[in-house]
Amino acid sequence: MNLPGPDDPERDRFVLSKGHAALAVYAALHQIGWLTAEQLDTYCGDGSLLGVHPDRDLRGIDFTTGSLGHGLALGAGAALAARMQGSGRRVFVLISDAECNEGSLWESAMFAAHHGLDNLTAILDLNGQQALGYTEQVMDLAPMDQRWVSFGWDVDEVDGHDTAAIVKTVESGEAERSRPHLVIANTVFGYGVSFMQNRLEWHYLPMSDQQYEQALAEVRKAR
Amino acid sequence: MRSAFIGALVHIARQDPRVVLLTGDLGFTVIEPFRDEFPDRFYNAGVAEQNMVGTATGLAEAGFIPFVYSIVTFASLRAYEFVRNGPIAHRLRVRIIGVGGGFDYGTAGFTHYGLEDLGIMRMQPGITVVAPADHRQAVAALNSTYELDGPVYYRIGKDESRMVEGLDGRFELGRADLVLEGEDVLLITIGSIACEVAEAAGRLSAHGVRCSVLVVSSFNPFPVADLREALSRFSTAITIEAHYAAGGLGTAVAEVIADHGIACRLVRRGVNETPLGVTGSSGYMSEIHGLASEALADTVLRTIEELSITNG
Repeated sequence: MNLPGPDDPERDRFVLSKGHAALAVYAALHQIGWLTAEQLDTYCGDGSLLGVHPDRDLRGIDFTTGSLGHGLALGAGAALAARMQGSGRRVFVLISDAECNEGSLWESAMFAAHHGLDNLTAILDLNGQQALGYTEQVMDLAPMDQRWVSFGWDVDEVDGHDTAAIVKTVESGEAERSRPHLVIANTVFGYGVSFMQNRLEWHYLPMSDQQYEQALAEVRKAR
Repeated sequence: MRSAFIGALVHIARQDPRVVLLTGDLGFTVIEPFRDEFPDRFYNAGVAEQNMVGTATGLAEAGFIPFVYSIVTFASLRAYEFVRNGPIAHRLRVRIIGVGGGFDYGTAGFTHYGLEDLGIMRMQPGITVVAPADHRQAVAALNSTYELDGPVYYRIGKDESRMVEGLDGRFELGRADLVLEGEDVLLITIGSIACEVAEAAGRLSAHGVRCSVLVVSSFNPFPVADLREALSRFSTAITIEAHYAAGGLGTAVAEVIADHGIACRLVRRGVNETPLGVTGSSGYMSEIHGLASEALADTVLRTIEELSITNG
């Protein structure tokens, strides 16, 4: 992403439409130096701006999210604005697979395709799980790629745990693009932590100290 | 009021390149002047109000002032959460135009009656809510609010010609307008039903009842000071609105009375039941819900009679 600064109007925009994953965004903001370690330590504390879902009052957060089905519309508007202003800004929206249950998301999918928003990229975290079940049991979304193709998007698939591959896929064919781009990131829920992988209950459960140590050890070992 | 409003928006858009108009596939014979003059700043977002408001939020974040246009129910109810989590949460300049409050859509039926928009919008502290009484005031209201910080909701009536006598197109945010001065009873009203109320006041003067008529068009911020002043001068006030009786103007006036301990008896007239099982013209629907001028005049007479018996 082109990120000259959190207040630079020409920065690329990012919308965490699956707002419940804000912790990962905070970590990323820390990595690029927009968030201090002290701020990071306030996560979910009283009086903190770092809640479970992101708040745009925190510098570096472009949009407040947390209600699924909202973010793609925000991204479509941001992408349309960039085009109307003759700007090369790009807009990235991270959506979840379960979020595709929301009708409003498909309104935005249609709008973005109809207006040929080629500066809009949606990355779909396809982990096959939602709060109370596996997506194929709750509201089957397969075949995900064909749904988006039929809605007029360019669709690619990638291993969602391979960051280099994600970057490459996002950027491939960018210059020739005339439609919005969906990157389906195939992921494993709880990836890298043996007792969490593909287990529904870890959408909610807190870790014990012992589980936390084990999880850390497994993740470190895999790096 | 719709055409006057869009006409004024065209004037603003000539000076201000930030203004964009999005419609939820509505506004036939109304929005064309904007579309034809500013094709690059006009979008028919289709029949998809949630996305329309979400897209407008993204546009506003980049510095545009987008107006979204639909019928009251779809603009307010369907997209409500997108208004809350969008322009309100982000304090952005999105303008929502809800067309046709009350029974304006007559024979179109229940799905098209705007009966709770003012209440649900005012409930949110972060949004300006404006309901002009006639087309001249709609233009003044637009001109004085279009650049405000944060979102604005406009309830715009369908009627293009009726005018509230004595209002003369005035509008001031946070103020109410006394368009008729009389000492017997205070009538407080909002939006295009103000014409009916003014007419009712005329009928009542023939019966020897002298009414004051206070028009509230700035619903949020609510004109508390003006209401305190007016309510303190009367023993009886009657609110009249083309809106459910709960949550709208009557409720807001009751809050002022309670908050400030004002000794004024309040009678609230609005729509008291879900209007199902019958349809008809907007005039007919207003009539059967007691909101046409003749029924309103009767209400006032009855109220005064009841009170004089109680007091006597």
